[in-house]
Amino acid sequence: MNAPAYNFAYLDEQTKRMIRRAILKAIAIPGYQVPFASREMPMPYGWGTGGVQVTAAILGPEDVLKVIDQGSDDTTNAISIRKFFGKTAGVATTTSTADATVIQTRHRIPEAPLHADQVLVYQVPIPEPLRFLEPRETETRRMHALGEYGLMHVKLYEDIARFGHIATSYAYPVKVNARYVMDPSPTPKFDNPKMDNCPALQLFGAGREKRIYAIPPHTSVVSLDFEDHPFTRYRFDAPCALCGAGDSYLDEIVIDDKGGRMFVCSDTDYCESRQAAGHHGSESAAPHKERAHG
Amino acid sequence: MYVAVKGGERAIENAHRLLAHERRGDRDVPELALSQISEQLSLGVDRVMTEGSLYDRELAALAIKQARGDMIEAIFLVRAFRATLPRFGATEPVDTGAMRVRRRISSTFKDIPGGQILGPTFDYTHRLLDPQLADGFSPEVPETGEASTAATPRVTDILGRDGLIEPSPAADADAPVGDLTREPLSFPADRDLRLQNLARADEGFLLALGYSSQRGYGRNHPFAGEIRYGEVEVEFMAEDAGFAVPLGSIELTECQMVNQFKGSATEAPCFTRGYGLAFGQSERKTMSMALVDRSLRARELGEEVIAPGQDEEFVMSHSDNVQATGFVEHLKLPHYVDFQSELGLLRKLRKEFAEANDVPPMREAAE
Repeated sequence: MNAPAYNFAYLDEQTKRMIRRAILKAIAIPGYQVPFASREMPMPYGWGTGGVQVTAAILGPEDVLKVIDQGSDDTTNAISIRKFFGKTAGVATTTSTADATVIQTRHRIPEAPLHADQVLVYQVPIPEPLRFLEPRETETRRMHALGEYGLMHVKLYEDIARFGHIATSYAYPVKVNARYVMDPSPTPKFDNPKMDNCPALQLFGAGREKRIYAIPPHTSVVSLDFEDHPFTRYRFDAPCALCGAGDSYLDEIVIDDKGGRMFVCSDTDYCESRQAAGHHGSESAAPHKERAHG
Repeated sequence: MYVAVKGGERAIENAHRLLAHERRGDRDVPELALSQISEQLSLGVDRVMTEGSLYDRELAALAIKQARGDMIEAIFLVRAFRATLPRFGATEPVDTGAMRVRRRISSTFKDIPGGQILGPTFDYTHRLLDPQLADGFSPEVPETGEASTAATPRVTDILGRDGLIEPSPAADADAPVGDLTREPLSFPADRDLRLQNLARADEGFLLALGYSSQRGYGRNHPFAGEIRYGEVEVEFMAEDAGFAVPLGSIELTECQMVNQFKGSATEAPCFTRGYGLAFGQSERKTMSMALVDRSLRARELGEEVIAPGQDEEFVMSHSDNVQATGFVEHLKLPHYVDFQSELGLLRKLRKEFAEANDVPPMREAAE
């Protein structure tokens, strides 16, 4: 039988070179979706294959990797991807945002500010911000080429006319470097301002859709809005029940079947660091214990 | 007191362990050998090789075993392995006209040079469950005869001699062979890439699209010009040696559909082609593929594009079952964060609605 043997970080060097070329092009044209020959990865499409390929292409032996899903290092898919790179690349892994050199994420940007020399790799399901307005790739590529974003503004305007607000709460479209309208991946719009003028490099990988795009460090990223309906962030108006943070994005936890709810930081590293520093919320528990479930 | 949920790592390990246990099933029942799968579930192996895009019966059998018989999961396993293989180049085009034919039928001519050869087929079997097969049945040894030495030219070549069917586009020997696994697809796509996409496409998806074209969604009046299944030689041009080196032989099924074409201002009416090719014996797949290939040629032939099966972006973007199943099943992944955003928005909209309409806001809880 043809017994498989795998390279450092799984992908062969030729594939990595191809992905790096796409990344360089993406950095050169901020917000532009660069097509790349995405490979079949050993995890399913839609589960982070784009992010995994970008991470595999940029990872070096000295890197320290953090993987989060929904802000948490402990969600099953984050564990699975972290273990994948632990196994195939043997790199050091961490849950600390500050210590990581590469952070792969799904649906969140960490609360702790990112610094230069860090790369944030986003997993992207649908890279095309215009997709739900126009299903055809041939059309949307033309619209981007011509900077023809009227359709998107009409959509946002129609939201306001109907609901009084822009009714997009995540994957909220942004304009990058005053040129390309870009999908920030399904992060809550709460996270949008963190992308603007960020000192870290932000890379976006969409495996199934075969696209890579980037926001180079210190690039302007503006959430689309109107003068009389400016962009606003949303966060549930409560402090975190565990660490008391009043500025972090919160997960809503259903605690009983009688309508009981509690709100805790979605960024587990942020929450735990604050608790370790002595901050408390209304429900603070003893140090977290491993509890198997599911 | 609430403790944030942890322990995903152990849960994953235990889930995988349980999966391995379930895969094995009752341990009093003998374990499946790969040879049993490749010999006795051979059409399943053919499908996994075709849609997995890798001709290796043993690995396909392993994938089926590992996937507990879930074909798309097995195809996925094969694809993920294939993606890591180095690419040395492209073989010479295989000559299906020189196929050692095991089965070959045409529905357009009663008799053809080389004859109609039924071969191993479900066609004309009565679909009655056979209790004999339930345990230990030894079938009769098949009838044998003298192999015919007559050539078996392709039916479309016979039609082509009279100019009744459009010529098959000749391959430019120097043109690079398109490969959508190495270059990202862009639209409009040429026929070589379309055919590669269809060859890898989900059989069920192509079956439904082909069927829809027969039912009037972009009708193109097909005839099964020929379906043939057998062995062909694969050759690789070795630059150093200066000649094509045989690599071995593989089993293929080829379907050539013959379709009506009204002609246009510049083209005389003639038959047109739809083409299907797959590893092993994969007749449903190749017939469906040929129907969809012909449908996708609407643009090239100046036909109006009105049906899903004629829409290249629609078909090619949704035909791959590994992509499709990944994205559909990714809905199992947590979406707490975006859902929380939506909850926030919905609560706000409902509150405003209640205020505007002067109704008490709905209570969220039962109590």
